[in-house]
Amino acid sequence: MTTNELTRRGFLTGVGSLAVAFTLGPAVLDQQAAQAVAAGRRPGVRIDETPADDSLAWLVLTPAGVTIHSGKVELGTGVQTALTQIVVEELHLPTGRVGYVQGDTQVTPDQGTTAGSKTIQNGGPELRRAAATAFQALLDLAAEWFGVSRDRLVASDGVISVAGTRRRVTYEQLLANADLVLVADRDAPLASPDDYRIVGQSEPRVELPDKVTARFRYVHDVRVPGMLHGRVIRPAGRNARFQAIDPGSLDRARAIPGFVTVVQRDNFVGVVADTEWAAIQAANPSTGIEVTWEDGQPLVAQESLPEALRDPANHYRTVEVVGVGDVDEALPAASIQVEASYFTPFQMHAAMGPSCAVADVRSQPDRETGVRATVWSSTQNVYNLRDSVASLLGLPSGSVRVIYEEGAGCYGHNGADDVAGDAALLSEAAGRPVRVQWSRQDEHGWEPLGPAMAHDLRGGVTNGEVVAWEHITSTPTHVSRPNANPGTLIAGALTGTLPSPLPNSSGNTGTRNGPVNYTFPNRRVIGKLVRSFETTGETSGTPAAPLRYRFMRSTALRSLGGFSNSFANESFLDELAAASGADPLELRLRSLDDPRAIAVVEALSEVWAARPSGGDGAGAGIAFQRYEAEFAYVAAYAEVTVDADSGAIRVPRVVVAHDCGLIINPDGLRNQIEGNVIQGIGRTLKEEVHFDARGVTSVVWEQNQFNPTPQYPVLRFSEVPDIEITLIDRPHEPAWGSGEPAIGCVPGAIGNAVFAATGVRIRTLPMTPARVLDALA
Amino acid sequence: MPTPLTRTLVVNGEDRTVTVADDGEQLLYVLRNQLDQRGPRFGCGVAQCGACTVLVDGEIRRSCVTPLRTVPEGASVATLDGLDANGAHPLQRAFIEQQAAQCAFCVNGIIMGAAGWLEQRNESGETAAPSDEEIAAFLSGEVGESTFNYLCRCGAHVRMIRAIRQAAEELLS
Ligand code: FES
Ligand code: FES
Repeated sequence: MTTNELTRRGFLTGVGSLAVAFTLGPAVLDQQAAQAVAAGRRPGVRIDETPADDSLAWLVLTPAGVTIHSGKVELGTGVQTALTQIVVEELHLPTGRVGYVQGDTQVTPDQGTTAGSKTIQNGGPELRRAAATAFQALLDLAAEWFGVSRDRLVASDGVISVAGTRRRVTYEQLLANADLVLVADRDAPLASPDDYRIVGQSEPRVELPDKVTARFRYVHDVRVPGMLHGRVIRPAGRNARFQAIDPGSLDRARAIPGFVTVVQRDNFVGVVADTEWAAIQAANPSTGIEVTWEDGQPLVAQESLPEALRDPANHYRTVEVVGVGDVDEALPAASIQVEASYFTPFQMHAAMGPSCAVADVRSQPDRETGVRATVWSSTQNVYNLRDSVASLLGLPSGSVRVIYEEGAGCYGHNGADDVAGDAALLSEAAGRPVRVQWSRQDEHGWEPLGPAMAHDLRGGVTNGEVVAWEHITSTPTHVSRPNANPGTLIAGALTGTLPSPLPNSSGNTGTRNGPVNYTFPNRRVIGKLVRSFETTGETSGTPAAPLRYRFMRSTALRSLGGFSNSFANESFLDELAAASGADPLELRLRSLDDPRAIAVVEALSEVWAARPSGGDGAGAGIAFQRYEAEFAYVAAYAEVTVDADSGAIRVPRVVVAHDCGLIINPDGLRNQIEGNVIQGIGRTLKEEVHFDARGVTSVVWEQNQFNPTPQYPVLRFSEVPDIEITLIDRPHEPAWGSGEPAIGCVPGAIGNAVFAATGVRIRTLPMTPARVLDALA
Repeated sequence: MPTPLTRTLVVNGEDRTVTVADDGEQLLYVLRNQLDQRGPRFGCGVAQCGACTVLVDGEIRRSCVTPLRTVPEGASVATLDGLDANGAHPLQRAFIEQQAAQCAFCVNGIIMGAAGWLEQRNESGETAAPSDEEIAAFLSGEVGESTFNYLCRCGAHVRMIRAIRQAAEELLS
């Protein structure tokens, strides 16, 4: 036996030990079928998170198959495939023979939030250790089976044989005689990267066949027995208060065939009906209920955002994130001094599918499990959502079960959690399971946004070297994910619970990628933390009652502050290059000392050397960043054309050099980088949340006769560039995630290209035709 | 008061009869909630994203803005669910070969839209496969009469264009 802590307590019964047959691909598990499978004791090997009796398992191996229990969930980025590759590699199994259960508070260990490009980086090693522990157990079992020492055994594709003989045993045979529960061993020997067979290969996405044949079950497709449909009716403004439901409209709603009930608690209003169509009709003010709202405090106006973010009266805290050398001394002494300010507006996740959840809140707990409320959700963190829904319903955490079901790609903390709170309140009131799907207008209008950001930079250059660098970032919070406070959900806030206090730092959130990786001798990065709502004092981030927003609720949008901070940094470095007559690529190389950073920038040298000459409406720009200033290295090159008559910018070509360490799946990585580039161009050229004193007015994708004011468009197929990608693989380095490192380079590269093309620098996103024309004028 | 309606539709080749309490109910909800179709998806409800795309008598339709009363009795409705259950349709195979998706929420619309468009091109006697630019123009609502734009928020565009071209070439050969 290995030195692992070893218990022989057999398999726990219950959902913890469900399994998928070896021969099946990872299928969408029907919950009831899965529980039935799980009910019996079975032989096998199980790898637990901790030695505790109630520990959840990472991995279950039975004669029928292997199942991964992943706390990290598939958000559409391909991590299910990549994590499976990691596990299969350590288990010496072929691909396609492993089941995957993800994000279920009754089954999967708590691996925190699936976000921040941390799934491969942090979730991968956890599952890898579990798989390595299981593999050691299999070797032990085989050594016993053959009566030989372990060093004579070789494993391949689910078979262990004795070297130099024809003696072989399958995993199925070994597992049929095993009954082991082990704890994942941090020190279990790992397969050497030199021997990798599956890690590093472009394995196709495991769930894609189901997705192109409409067999795949998204959260929108979850149906449970007795389920009703709900819709929410949001206040007429972020600070509006409920006044009344027009009685006539209530009668009208009641006459809708299938109508069940209206639920109103404080500012929370929703309808429930037998059918989805009836719920939609009941929630529609022209066919169903009409609610009147009393206007509240007006939001800070969209036009005044740049000044308002910088206004000390809106800051509850200032933090110094970087302080190296002495900027105050070095800057005035520099021979060239430059100052510039940048701005990014509120932007949104704008998922293709609106937020949706199903909740089944019972009056009595389930006799076996003690569960009273079950929620199906596309949340990024089932445990946090469990805690917030539990407190919203006044239940202990243990009596709420949250089960992950994939939604449309989310790109951060969008409405997925909020809609689960809506469904929970409506189910509680209706006494039946309720499915709630937001309308597009609910989604655009109420999803938690990526906040606006203002940047003020100062820099000095002497003898071609940047000698001083200061970056002040002013922004509301980039993190307001759910926690045990129900006020972190819209439903909780509308029913009178205040949100959690604003954070005390902007560390890896608002000032993410504020710090640069350049070796400038004197640098300072400062975060001005902007209060989203009225707080209990000038320097307090604690909300004051009643809740009154100054700026709309904001949270984590792909790369958080990194997108806009890198836009400012990389634009400003170009401004310093221009002011001092330096080549932008040369200046970057000269200011870097990390060989891996230098390698990604150098990977663009050739394309940079052959770039359009600029000045005639066509130009190229580059940008570099290290994700969070400490992980993946990315350099990007963008070419643009600028139409001087219309002001339209086109981006025909983007080249990216990317080093995120060991590459698990090269094609999956390319897919992520392409997505970063395309979404990044959209955010650079088109995307801006429009709002008035009450709330968001850009509630659909395109402006048209029905939606005459500016809406929230994203990049179209005809606007997508050619994308070339150079991947730098580092098989002996840790694998880092790729979900968001590349997006930060996009706005800087484009802004720098526009400058090269026109001689004009655009410091405000998005670079719309109107802004370009203004700048050119 | 809403007007009830009973309709028989030929959904993916099969006769299906549905009754709705309100003949204004959009085809999307009928398909998803009464006819067990998962392919058509709700994305926007205002004809701006393509997620709900189906073919009605071969025509590309946005089912989120197609009241059931406007769908003729006996009309044929094709959804992704029925394109080929084994994923053997050239578009499905090409999307897998090109790994042309991330979350794939948009894929229903893009495959069904492309299927309808390629079929129309074929019927109009077009013998060449569309270029990447033509495919991008189609998906951006810039071809012919159609102004239907197809969204993909994840950014799998390049792969999808490649997949549609691959399928178009295969369908022609
Ligand atoms: S859902 Fe029909 S076009 Fe968007
Ligand atoms: S793949 Fe996610 S929206 Fe297209």
